[in-house]
Order: sequence, then C-alpha cells, then structure tokens
Amino acid sequence: MAVLIDRNTRLIVQGITGREGTFHAKQAAAYGTKVVGGVTPGKGGTTHEGWPVFNTVADAVRTTGANATVIFVPPPFAADAILEAVDAELPLAVCITEGIPTLDMMRVLTVVRRSKTRLIGPNCPGLITAGQAKAGIIPGHICKEGRVGIVSKSGTLTYEAIHQLTKLGLGQTTCIGIGGDPLIGTSFIDALTLFAADPATEAVVMIGEIGGNAEQEAAAFISQSFKKPVVGFIAGQTAPPGRRMGHAGAIISGGKGTAAEKMEALSKAGVHVVKSPADLGAAVKSALRA
Amino acid sequence: MKIHEYQAKAILARHGVPVPQGEVVFAAADADVAAKQLGGGVVVVKAQIHAGGRGKGGGVKVVKGPEEAARAAAEIIGMRLVTYQTGPSGQVVQRVLVEQGVKIKRELYLGIVIDRSTEKPVLMVSPDGGVEIEKVAEQTPERIFKEYIHPGIGLASYQTRKLAFALGLEGNQISQAAKLMTAVYEAFKNTDASLIEINPLIVTEEGNLLALDAKMNFDDNALYRHPDIKELRDVSEEEPLEVEASKFSLNYIKLDGTIGCMVNGAGLAMATMDIIKLAGGEPANFLDVGGGANAEQIRNAFRILMSDKNVKAVLINIFGGILRCDVLAEGVIAAVTDLGVKVPIVIRMEGTNVEQGKQMLRQSGLNFTTADTMSEAAERVVALAR
Repeated sequence: MAVLIDRNTRLIVQGITGREGTFHAKQAAAYGTKVVGGVTPGKGGTTHEGWPVFNTVADAVRTTGANATVIFVPPPFAADAILEAVDAELPLAVCITEGIPTLDMMRVLTVVRRSKTRLIGPNCPGLITAGQAKAGIIPGHICKEGRVGIVSKSGTLTYEAIHQLTKLGLGQTTCIGIGGDPLIGTSFIDALTLFAADPATEAVVMIGEIGGNAEQEAAAFISQSFKKPVVGFIAGQTAPPGRRMGHAGAIISGGKGTAAEKMEALSKAGVHVVKSPADLGAAVKSALRA
Repeated sequence: MKIHEYQAKAILARHGVPVPQGEVVFAAADADVAAKQLGGGVVVVKAQIHAGGRGKGGGVKVVKGPEEAARAAAEIIGMRLVTYQTGPSGQVVQRVLVEQGVKIKRELYLGIVIDRSTEKPVLMVSPDGGVEIEKVAEQTPERIFKEYIHPGIGLASYQTRKLAFALGLEGNQISQAAKLMTAVYEAFKNTDASLIEINPLIVTEEGNLLALDAKMNFDDNALYRHPDIKELRDVSEEEPLEVEASKFSLNYIKLDGTIGCMVNGAGLAMATMDIIKLAGGEPANFLDVGGGANAEQIRNAFRILMSDKNVKAVLINIFGGILRCDVLAEGVIAAVTDLGVKVPIVIRMEGTNVEQGKQMLRQSGLNFTTADTMSEAAERVVALAR
C-alpha cells in the first residue's frame, strides 16, 4: 500500500521534450514508473525517446489513459499547464516548477479547489512511493520499501530523511514534497489525512520550515485526529527575520512564522520534534518502539 | 524586491491613491528648489531607505521654508541611519523626499498581503495608525479589521464600506475610502506586489484621506513581467555580496557568524545553519547553490563565501540527488586550488557516487576534512573555526 502514486499509475510529463522533462521522464521510467507519454504544444504526433508526444493534455489522456501528470514547464507557463491538467480531469498533477508568481497560483488554486485534481507543489521535488513509482525529481536509489511516510516543504531535506530511514532499515511508504511556495496545492493536513488512511504507513516524518502557519494548522489537526506517531523538524531556527530564505514562502514576517512557534505548536500536539535534522531517523525508530 | 517610499507613492498615485505633493532629491541644494516649488511653506524632509522606523532614528524632519529644508536635507543625506529594521550598522541615506506638510486629524493604518490559509489577498485596516502594526496585532487585535478579497470578483464595494465604517469614517470619507481601497488593490494586482502598507493613512484637517507614508514589496517571481518595477531596484540598499551572488543565481544571505556554508537546497541550507548553531558555532551565511550546481557555480560560490572576511572555516553540505558527488568534488578541488582558499574546509556529502567523490577529495592533497553525518560535520567545522 501507499498513497497517491503506485505501480499502476499511468504518468505523463508536461514539458517532456525539455531538458529537465526528458531527464526525469527517463529516471521515472528507470525506477519502474509507467510513463505513458508527454505533452509539448506544437510537437504533437512526434515521438520523443520512444514516448508519444501530444499537443494537449486532453489528447494525451484520451490516447494513453494517463491518470497523473508531472509538470516541468518554465515559470511563465506553468500556471497554465496546471489549469490544462485540471481541465483534463487528471486525478493527480505534480508541479515541480520553481518561480511561479504568487498571484498566478492564487488564481489557479481557485480552480483547483473546485476540481477533481489533487495538485502537489509547485516548487517541490514531487513524490515517490518506494519500490513502485515516482513523479518528480526525488532520487529513487536512496529509497527502500518500508513503513514511514514523509511530508516535507523542502527537497534536499526530504532526501536526507529518506536516507536516514533507509540506513536504519525502516524504509518509506510514500514521500511527498509539498513545496516551499506560499501557495501550494497540497497541505501538510492533506498529506496526513492520506497517511492516516494508509495501513502500510506506521509513522510520519513531517518537515516544515519558517514562514506562514501551515505547521501550526497541522499541529491542531494532529492533536485532534491523527493517531500515528509523527516526527517533526522545522528548518530555519537560526534564520534572521524579514529575509526570504531561498524558498519564496520561507520568511519570518512581522515576527510571525518563526521556527520556535512552530516547534512549540507541534510539541504540544504530541509530535516528536527534533532540533537537529540528523536525528530524524533515530527519532522515528524510537517513536515506533514506544 | 523592496522599493523606496517615493517610488511606492508614485505607483499608488498612478492608480488613484491621494498622496502629498513632493519630490525626491539627491543633494541638499535641490531640497531648496523643491521646497520653493511646494509653495515655500512647511515641508517634511524624509530619508529614503528601505527600512521602517526612520522617524525615530532622526531621518524625518518637519521644517519651514526652503532654507530650512536645504539644511535638513544636508543633515540627513549622508547620515548613517539606524532603525529597528536596519540592524546596528544602519544604512547610509542617499536621497530624501521633500514633501508638502499637512495637518493631521487622525492616523489610520491600511495594508494588503496574501493570506496563505485562505489563499486570498487580505485588506487590513486599523484606526490605530502611525505605530507598528505588529504591536497593534499583538496588544489589541480587535482593533484590526480584515476583508478577504475573492480573486475572481476583486474588492467588492460592500467590503470597502465595512472597513470604512469600522475606521469610524463618515460622510464623504466613505466614498473616498472606497475609491482609495480599490486603487490600492488594483495597484497590488497590477504590479504583482507582495505587500502594500500605508501607515499612516491620514484624515487631514480638511477631512480628506491621504497616504502619508507608503511601502510596497514585490513578488520576485513576477518581476520578469514588470520591467518598469525591476528598474526601481536600488542595489545600494542591499548587501554587496548578496548583489554579487544574485548575478550568478546563487541564493546567498550574509549573516554575522564565522562559519561559511555551501549547501544545495533551501531547506537543507537552513537546516545546516541550525545544526552549526546547535554545535556551538555561528553561521556566516545562508547559501543555496541549487540542485543543478556545476563546477562554475561552485567556483562562484566559493569566491563569494571567501569575500566575507569573518569566515574562519567552511562547511559544505551536499545531498547529491541529481548533482553527483564526484562532480561536486571535482568542482570543489578546482575552486579551492584556483582561488587559493586557506581556511579549513569540512565536507559532508551523501548520495550519488559518494565514495568516488570522497576518494577524489582525499587524494587531492588539499586541506579537506570529510564527515559522514551532518552532526559530525557541524562539530568538526565548529572546532576548526575556533
């Protein structure tokens, strides 16, 4: 079992003929994902690296029976690419693109929220179900089938958590990078809700960072209705206020969104909060024993 | 991206927000001319820097007539203005806004940002303007009134009325407020702003609304479609090393510590700073070299790191997913050799081709320390920086 993506997922790549799209389509296929085609407007009817290319997402879905898309489209066009995936009623759209204007995402989300599509990202590494399939850029070889779900705002910190869990032999079910932008499709709460219903996921690693209050909202959700053990880490404990720390959403503004307040909220909700990212794996191990 | 008050006022005025008459000058002598043009009466001379709290720091002077305006400008231009937002080193003032003095009856607050939870812009007002809004939010949150704007509909008239009545405005001021709020929202939307603040928004003695101060920040991700706003960037307000780093698409933020960090990924870069602090050290910077860093990027990153004279040791923390560890090692060896880097370097890398990368570092004959875990790396680099 797993969430959102598995060996039966039929994945298309929006922007498949681009450098990133090509590279990660190959990586996904090599990992065992059923990559069934791609979309590049104007190149419909051609093949690329053996995959059929379509002009529109609707065409791709009709012909290939795709039920998921991963979007590698440059920022000025990415919002439109998401809308097109929603229009084609794909159940899952994963947007890797970093740098989409916030107001574009705001408008797109008004449509996403009333649609059949679950959007992951943008500005995220995507997701992977260990040993089955992936949509995005998380390296497959560090994963191992196992018992722990991961939800994270950060890419490389997700890899870090995966690596520690693999080394400890705990492995992962599904790892979801939800993205570091201020407005994103899938929240911590959405991901936790999915993990709650997945019998294979015995514990969850939740990696947040400064900015906004998604972690506090997740804390409230966990204390009320999430029963599995959660290990949490918040990046940016030493970040100066008022500075954007790489991610568009990672900023302490008006004294709000600090790591300290998030860590406190999570601790109060019963989350095992670690101060050091190096302790994530060990904390999961002891949480599972307890 | 941030801009100056006078630039924000010009943008807001273009959208129909009433602002005082004024002119920006770069030399004291021009303040004289500007004050004359404003009628020769009372003017306000305001330091233009990208930080709040200018009044308390001595950067705002109310004076009478052109002669006094020139004298005030002479005092302010060139001064190192220290406010709660500039940090202890302050910011040198290079330009002042000479503005018509107005008589104030009431000071209000108006601001607009994106609210992440509702995924909508939120327009906020308070009858308690002229003070830090964070303090109002903390001490008397019931004195802040909010309306969430539906992206499809825009700011509705009833919402402007609700806020105007909440502010205690009356008569003709209600329609003035409606017009002003709509103009502010239009400016927000049209420029891809991330924040607009008018603090204070005043009611003049005559009973009219006027934006006495203005602050605008913009979404960096949207600047590509606003070349006019991009031109307003004032790099003299930014840390020189950060400006240099931005030329190479490196995400660098200078801090006050002694341990330089080079990391891939924003989250891991923040976490690396955190773990240095946990080990008893102080990070000198935040630096995300990005997922696809190549040898050239690593060289640029090293050059910028080493330009900070406080750096006593460097920690490189890379999780090679797409970026291969052998490619990283090659880049680091080349950069350290070319640039003649003298300080000790601790490298912790993990992921693709890690053994190969480690071997290259060991055989390079350079002053590298390798570490297997993040905590080990942090402890070593902190010890070496002492």
